[in-house]
Amino acid sequence: MPLKGWVSEMTKSLILVGVGGQGTILTSKILAEGLLKLGFDVKMSEIHGMAQRGGSVNTQIRFGKKVHSPMISMGEANLLVAFEKVEAIRYLDYLKPGGTLIVNDHEIYSLPVLAGKEKYPEKAIEKLEKLVENIVIIKAADIAKDLGNIRAQNMVLLGAAVKLLEILDLDWVDLIKDNLPQKFHEININAFNAGVKQA
Amino acid sequence: MKKIMTGNEAIARGAYEAGCKVAAAYPGTPSTEILENIANYKEIYSQWSVNEKVALEVAGGASIAGARALCAMKHVGLNVAADPLFTLAYTGVNGGLVVVTADDPGLHSSQNEQDNRYYAIHAKAAMIEPSDSQECLDFAKYAFTLSEEYDIPVLLRVTTRICHSKSLVNMGSRQDVGVKEYKKYAAKYCMIPAFAKRRHPVVEQKLKKLREYSNKIPLNRIEWGDKKVGIITSGISYQHAREVMGDNASYLKIGLSFPLPEKLIREFASGVEKLYVIEESEPYMETFVKSLGIKCIGKDVFPICGELNPEILEKVLRPETSRNTYTLDMEIPSRPPVLCAGCPHRGMFYTLKKYKDVIVTGDIGCYSLSIMPPLDVTHTLICMGAGISAGIGFEKALTLAHNGKKVFGCMGDSTFFHSGITSLIDAVYNKSEMAVIILDNRITAMTGHQQNPGTGKTLSGDISPVIDIEQIVRAVGVKGENIRVVDPYDLTETQEAVEKAYEAVEPFVIIAKRPCALIKEVQKMRATLKCTINQNKCTSCKMCLKIGCPAIAFKDDVMVIDQASCNGCTLCMQVCRFDAIERLGE
Repeated sequence: MPLKGWVSEMTKSLILVGVGGQGTILTSKILAEGLLKLGFDVKMSEIHGMAQRGGSVNTQIRFGKKVHSPMISMGEANLLVAFEKVEAIRYLDYLKPGGTLIVNDHEIYSLPVLAGKEKYPEKAIEKLEKLVENIVIIKAADIAKDLGNIRAQNMVLLGAAVKLLEILDLDWVDLIKDNLPQKFHEININAFNAGVKQA
Repeated sequence: MKKIMTGNEAIARGAYEAGCKVAAAYPGTPSTEILENIANYKEIYSQWSVNEKVALEVAGGASIAGARALCAMKHVGLNVAADPLFTLAYTGVNGGLVVVTADDPGLHSSQNEQDNRYYAIHAKAAMIEPSDSQECLDFAKYAFTLSEEYDIPVLLRVTTRICHSKSLVNMGSRQDVGVKEYKKYAAKYCMIPAFAKRRHPVVEQKLKKLREYSNKIPLNRIEWGDKKVGIITSGISYQHAREVMGDNASYLKIGLSFPLPEKLIREFASGVEKLYVIEESEPYMETFVKSLGIKCIGKDVFPICGELNPEILEKVLRPETSRNTYTLDMEIPSRPPVLCAGCPHRGMFYTLKKYKDVIVTGDIGCYSLSIMPPLDVTHTLICMGAGISAGIGFEKALTLAHNGKKVFGCMGDSTFFHSGITSLIDAVYNKSEMAVIILDNRITAMTGHQQNPGTGKTLSGDISPVIDIEQIVRAVGVKGENIRVVDPYDLTETQEAVEKAYEAVEPFVIIAKRPCALIKEVQKMRATLKCTINQNKCTSCKMCLKIGCPAIAFKDDVMVIDQASCNGCTLCMQVCRFDAIERLGE
């Protein structure tokens, strides 16, 4: 298990990256609330506003005995969760050597790509696999789509993240329910469980 | 009770606990959620004002009447509200008055990187700077007391990383202080020259007293560690410095940023070997420290531009630390923010794009994204209101240069209420030949969907009169024949209006009316509406890509429309020359 032994006094860092509208902020919020329940000091930093309009987004979580800065340095993240392939590459330099990368095998073309001005890279996953030892590839978008709504892809990734962080020992379902309207509970809980199985 | 909160939530909580009664704001990232959270506390009367100046005047009036009052704005909002701020420093307060200024180092969503700490010196108001969410709550609470004790408005200065970072907060209960008694006191509250002249020395006296107290105020504190390195710091920079240096340095943490504590700084400086001043943006504290004749290291090693972070500090303070990471040598596409699929602004900008001899003066809002290719029509973007007023000047200058280009000024509904109305009056009064486009999407969209005077709802969700933009346009003197109200989803209608405006030699106004595609009710109503490509007819001419819709892609050699994000606006259908796009749903 790549992250084994993480329960120590050292502050740990997680970074969630994706495209505005993919649900990175909600995922981070649930994750942060869970870490808090486990007794850690937690700080989380997110940027909203303009970037939400389909731009590249990231949220950062740091937890430990006592956390000062909410911001992560290059090469510091113990876990990088990428909601989109290109975003995994964009933020890869945040990942600590030996750290874990969870990547959603899913493509979202940005406007310069759609307009034919820039190219979406080929074989991104293969190249990431060669470089990063601890990589977990999940088709979170497809899984969520099969469950009924692509928007639940964030909960698939959350499930995978908590499994790899070895913090399944908490009522995550309860936290998901707290953070979502009742009519979305079932699909999101199913998505979360599917993510746990995948990791 | 403990809870994880953003700085903005914690400021709202602090205001609530302090017994704040009145709160007003105009939305602006990163400050918006302060009022949204205050609105959840029914004990506080809260409102969206049309702009920051109005918000501060509302709060100022409430304070004089005896209520504890708060107003909040982004950094550039304080430029708009500067007028009342400077004179409220003279009148002083009755109920405590707290003005939140949310600065944006790093320009995450702003047009400049101004450092509003200078406003405190300039306006002669006290300034407080919290470093995390707990301090946001505690300092907001303290600010009301300080304001009343020193009879002074208090600026609560935060930055994006404070506003939007979450950390643990210990909550208390509300202290209901009621509304203080108000007594008519013209010599204090009516700033005619004769009275203002007498108030100015009073202000200086108050500041002198506060300057003395700043050496003892609990908001400023020394944390002794290793005395080889001393760090004077405030706000988020304190957290970054602590993260990097831990107990291997001593800290003077400044919580009261104006007035700065001279004695405390001297005491700290004399206790350490090497003194750093670590602050984001301008050398505000550094200049003060140097003015005391104390040597320190600041902006010669730390950047003025952008945010600070632990990594930047580490490179200076602990250069021996090395960081390894992964690098993948691979070119990846950029991902700038874009107008959403189904955005009603797209039709108007697509139409303007057809004219090669127009100048578009833009404004602050989602429509600033019209700067991006493929639409790429906007020439200027300065501040709220300049979409019209800069257009007036642009048009006059072009005329003097005998350049026949037509000027179109664009702004949204909320921006029009904020500062477009006066600009439009200016255009009519000065016989401008420019055309004005009001992109009325029935919401303040960019900041996350706040109500405004055109939406018929207040901050608390109460029904209120809808202020009719067309009536305003008529009332300020734009002739009826020079006004067009169009649906920007209808390209034919939009094109006709733009053509009329293009030919007009008098002020001409087009109101492009269509609600934002992301409004919940709109999403629900249009949920089943989709456009789809008929592959038998599609020639892959890529004409539909020219509208810059993120739902349309050329993937695996075919054109496709992403059904999850398409809302059936039909713009692509209207530009297709081969009838290859069909609309599904009713």
